Amino acid sequence: MKTVPGTLATRPAFLALPPASFQRAFATVPTIDQIMTEERAAAFTKRSLKTTAKLAGLKMAVSMCDLTTLEGKDTPGKVAYLCRKALQPIEAKYGVPPCAAVCVYPNLVKPARRFLGDRSPVKIAAVATGFPSGQYPLRTKLEEVRRTVADGADEIDMVIDRGAFLAGEHARMFDEIAATKAACGPAHLKVILETGELVTYDNVRLASEIAMQAGGDFIKTSTGKVSPAATLPVTLVMLEAIRDHFFATGIRIGMKPAGGIRTAKQALAYLVMVKETLGDDWLTPDLFRIGASSLVTDLLMQIVKCAEGNYQAAEYFSLP
Amino acid sequence: MKAKSQVAKISAKAAVVPKISHPIIPLKDRRLNFGAKWDYTPSLEDAKPYPIAPRHELFINGKFIAPAARNYFPSINPATEQPLTEIAEANADDVDRAVKAARRAYDRVWGKMPARERGKYLYRIARIIQEKARELAVLETVDGGKPIKESRDVDLPLVAAHFFYYAGWADKLKYAFPGKTPHPLGVAGQIIPWNFPLLMAAWKIAPALACGNTVVLKPAETTSITALRLATIFQEAGLPDGVVNIVTGAGATGAAIVNHPDINKIAFTGSTEVGKHIAKAVAGSGKKLTLELGGKAANIIFEDASLDQAIEGIIAGIYFNQGHVCCAGSRLLVQEGIYPQVIEKLRDRIQTLRVGNPLDKNTDIGAINSAAQLAKIRELVQSGLDEGAALQQTQCALPAKGYWYPPTFLTGVTHAHRVAQEEIFGPVLSVMTFRTPEEALERANNTPYGLSAGIWTDKGSKIFKMAAKLQAGVIWANCYNKFDPTSPFGGYKESGFGREGGLQGLAAYSRLD
Repeated sequence: MKTVPGTLATRPAFLALPPASFQRAFATVPTIDQIMTEERAAAFTKRSLKTTAKLAGLKMAVSMCDLTTLEGKDTPGKVAYLCRKALQPIEAKYGVPPCAAVCVYPNLVKPARRFLGDRSPVKIAAVATGFPSGQYPLRTKLEEVRRTVADGADEIDMVIDRGAFLAGEHARMFDEIAATKAACGPAHLKVILETGELVTYDNVRLASEIAMQAGGDFIKTSTGKVSPAATLPVTLVMLEAIRDHFFATGIRIGMKPAGGIRTAKQALAYLVMVKETLGDDWLTPDLFRIGASSLVTDLLMQIVKCAEGNYQAAEYFSLP
Repeated sequence: MKAKSQVAKISAKAAVVPKISHPIIPLKDRRLNFGAKWDYTPSLEDAKPYPIAPRHELFINGKFIAPAARNYFPSINPATEQPLTEIAEANADDVDRAVKAARRAYDRVWGKMPARERGKYLYRIARIIQEKARELAVLETVDGGKPIKESRDVDLPLVAAHFFYYAGWADKLKYAFPGKTPHPLGVAGQIIPWNFPLLMAAWKIAPALACGNTVVLKPAETTSITALRLATIFQEAGLPDGVVNIVTGAGATGAAIVNHPDINKIAFTGSTEVGKHIAKAVAGSGKKLTLELGGKAANIIFEDASLDQAIEGIIAGIYFNQGHVCCAGSRLLVQEGIYPQVIEKLRDRIQTLRVGNPLDKNTDIGAINSAAQLAKIRELVQSGLDEGAALQQTQCALPAKGYWYPPTFLTGVTHAHRVAQEEIFGPVLSVMTFRTPEEALERANNTPYGLSAGIWTDKGSKIFKMAAKLQAGVIWANCYNKFDPTSPFGGYKESGFGREGGLQGLAAYSRLD
């Protein structure tokens, strides 16, 4: 266990906050050993999934996907197409469930809501709070969140202020997340740590703790705009933080690795890791998501291979 | 200043904010559920391409020959109890033939061969092992019961690595010991155990050959198949006849090797009990001796350790290869303050270990090597329970046939318990606590053994301080059961003497002038 250092600049805010739960997060977090973490993470890729287990895993992975498009050139048309694909990823005969959500920029929430309607099984997630850098004033970040929720977003994927975190201003980061959670209202909050910029596993663990304490419903690895994005060891560190938080508080926080997961094989390794770290209760789209765009196509190709016995050409599958 | 005051304002608001939108699971229901949702279907490694001959002969002077007395004993698959083959039983006459062949090869070929030529043979053997790695891994798993995941990813890569490593030394021996010149010893008699059959053969044969010795090797009676398969690799590599001879059999065969007058060196890996007999038998004979015997390693977890990673180290330390590891971390010493967390995490973690068919690629814990070993494990665990320890085991179902023991740990153990003193050689961990580093040290060293130890702490200085005082040949810090041919391995006290692996491993097979 180590004591979290606070800089002088954060002290006033830190001392201004009374809740006991807050003290717990800031007092101590476990240290993380890099070598054994990476070794453990690699061990999950050695599980060999065949036949029915493979097919079930592939379908489960589809149901956990946040089908994502986060580009400047996104159009309402592309979003509509993404929504359609999320609702029914492939012909009904393959029995593939819908994706968990579509993930878009705030300006595209309205078209997505128009397309999906109010009772869609597919949720609308929107990145907000000055995605991807988070380098914006808090006031505009909160306004962005409120408007996005008003436009119909079910879930808000916020980015943390990495500058504040890395400068040791953990209280500031906590406050921003808590304020964003308040601005979310009924919408679920996913907190993106951007682990590629936090660099060390100790940082990832601490940031996860703060995000969960401050009210995040999910913790998420990456924006997808920074490399490295999601990795197995980083996700493992976050899953272990979720597990310890569960034992301490009784609250099940969700996990979303995002960015860099492109193949069905990778996705199955993540599911194995969730199953063997947090158990069966987390094997649900309510508590585990994968942020991806091209992954779904590979999952579908593998599902069709399981059903038909051979691979189909890529042009039989709709674009990501 | 302005910016700061804004933060303070938001903070005040935030203090009431974290709204709970989740159901809170009551304390008594807060457990992880490692159930059958999305269970993995069996994924079996195919053993069919690698049939096992119904009978295995002795490998003497480059040829497979029948034993003089025509006696054979069965070798079974411990996961199914089905016979795999029958193995020749070598008597004293057979051992004598093997030693004569080794002596002839030493005098006429191997001892005189330029070192770089010896190296070429070793490189060739290493490469053939790599080519046949899958077959050897399957045979190792079928014969010994260890999971294919381990024989494929640990044993076989290390076997090849040992031959490669010592192949590299063969023509550089004169630089290994500055100021001294190494000479080969002659004929080495080597007796190896059943827990890592092929790896132990590699540990013994590779340095012996690199240094210019010839070999008579006896594998353990329950695991002879891969050593004999290795013999065919020696044939394929064109290794001169008699350089390596493999005689199979049980204790009597081993005794014939130990007592043979024309052997210059005995290397034994196995139990301390047998090791003591060998030491007595060899005393005064002029034979050089190295012994790698039992262990009861302390795996010490300090409060400042990276806990989840330490748990992985505990698992790797005791459940690797069903605990059939002489350096297994079988005594867990946990600092008081983290004891409850360690127990809870360990309890959860062992639930995810999969016990079953060793050929299933998803199996973590395979079969116990023999009925005798299973009986020994059961007897020792029962003694622990009789002496007041509490049992923690996985709930997994075990196959009906074969020898199985689920991953187990015992709490409420004191240092006076038998399970804290005797080597169990199975997947059974004895958990104890300590308060200060001094106490941990005292307890860790309070054993007749001294093979290995583990230290888990975030503090580098503590690692060095502990390592300097622990009486153990191998000490792992923030990891466990890591092996590499460049690193010497061996024990203190009743865990034996002499080192295998690394530069030091050469000294065991050389006379230094």
